[in-house]
Amino acid sequence: MSKRIVASGNKAAALGVQLVAPNVIAAYPITPQTPLVEYLSQFAADGQLDSTIVEVESEHSAMSVLQGAACSGARTFTATSSQGLALMFEPYFRNSTLRLPTVMAIVGREMTSPETIWSSQQDSMSVRDAGWIQLHVEDNQEIIDTIIQAFRIAEDQDVLIPVNVCYDGFLLSHMSEAIVVPDADKVKQFLPPYVQKHLLFDPKEPMCIDPMTPGPLMLEFRKHLLDSMQRALAVIDKADSEFNSLFGRSWGGILEAYRCDDARYLLFTVGSMTGAAREAVDYHRENGVPVGLVKLRTVRPFPRQRIAQLLQGRDGFAVVDRNVSFGWNCGIIYQEIKAAASDCGHMVTVPVIGGLGGADITVQHFIRVIDELLSRDTSENWRTLWLTGIEEVQK
Amino acid sequence: MKKEYIAPIGDQGLYILNTGTWRTERPVINQDKCIACGRCYLFCPVNSVRFSEGRYSIDLSFCKGCGICAQECKVKAILMEGEAEADE
Repeated sequence: MSKRIVASGNKAAALGVQLVAPNVIAAYPITPQTPLVEYLSQFAADGQLDSTIVEVESEHSAMSVLQGAACSGARTFTATSSQGLALMFEPYFRNSTLRLPTVMAIVGREMTSPETIWSSQQDSMSVRDAGWIQLHVEDNQEIIDTIIQAFRIAEDQDVLIPVNVCYDGFLLSHMSEAIVVPDADKVKQFLPPYVQKHLLFDPKEPMCIDPMTPGPLMLEFRKHLLDSMQRALAVIDKADSEFNSLFGRSWGGILEAYRCDDARYLLFTVGSMTGAAREAVDYHRENGVPVGLVKLRTVRPFPRQRIAQLLQGRDGFAVVDRNVSFGWNCGIIYQEIKAAASDCGHMVTVPVIGGLGGADITVQHFIRVIDELLSRDTSENWRTLWLTGIEEVQK
Repeated sequence: MKKEYIAPIGDQGLYILNTGTWRTERPVINQDKCIACGRCYLFCPVNSVRFSEGRYSIDLSFCKGCGICAQECKVKAILMEGEAEADE
């Protein structure tokens, strides 16, 4: 029986994990992920979670423990944020390169310094090139649904790549809203048991895992992972449509295009900011502005072709980055979309940075962004609009 | 090859990279001097020292010739001999 309840983002994630019941969970608390780990521990203590929970002394240990479990064919889950993710980075690279289909929630938090615990996407963006699939979600319903989909995507034999489910710290993790908790039996239907074939710690058939590997072989292994990343694009769409058939909800697969069909201008968003962006698009549409919204769900693998298709023939786009690219004078997703758009003809493009360290990105900000997109010409394509404050917007 | 390898594993033995070919000198145990204390066994970083029937011996299949066993032997029962000389 599916049921409708009120839940915070962390609770939604915990309920998703409870439905999947991975074999092994090892996680270390860090704000704003902590309640997720606490819920899982409580579920286990109450006999309501059929998983082995390993208490570890750090995020580095958490991922290392999961690797041992995953090498034995276990389904594994963990979660972290910013500094915890940084501490975890050493083993993190091994899950993807050993093709261990771990699912991990990243509860988006700014990287210090300045000291902060509040939301941004800097943490997940900083690890985008370590070989994991990276999905970003907009609200708490999408959190619970995507956690379940993540296992399906990771464990697909055409993929076998670990998946990050990223949701904004505090803005979603600590915000309560109504969600529908999927029916447990249907989740079992959606997610058959995982059988690992490509490597396994098995006393009956011993093997050594990850011996020293010379250069030419390294190239082959990397190419296989890159090819699988490309296949993952179709699997992400397939998992979404299979989920829709069983549960009646679709999130668009690799991205959602909102009011884009006749749009001359496109606004790109990632994560919870999308909610406010929808309102701003509707507002401008009421005033006759042909603007649409693209919610980028999948940051890795980057859906280059889909974005190029979407941008073909448009007059311009803006990208709102909840992160910075330190060496470029703009955000990270802006660069990636610019690259995807490079064969789409010259158009006006606006890089926007906002919402760092827990700062709000409001409907007013998005209205301003669209105004900016309409008023600029191509000479300013590399001048970043910083969403520094509501007061400035209201001038 | 029975299957496509997508991650590095050694399921046909350990020798994807044969470190035994890296040696330029090899340890030789003088069994008359050896007091079977087991220090060479404890210190070998790659588990190339074998114990059987009360004696310690070196398994040269992946020994890299680092010389730690010779260094740690308290009675100087292990000497490092050049690989070139050993082959003669």
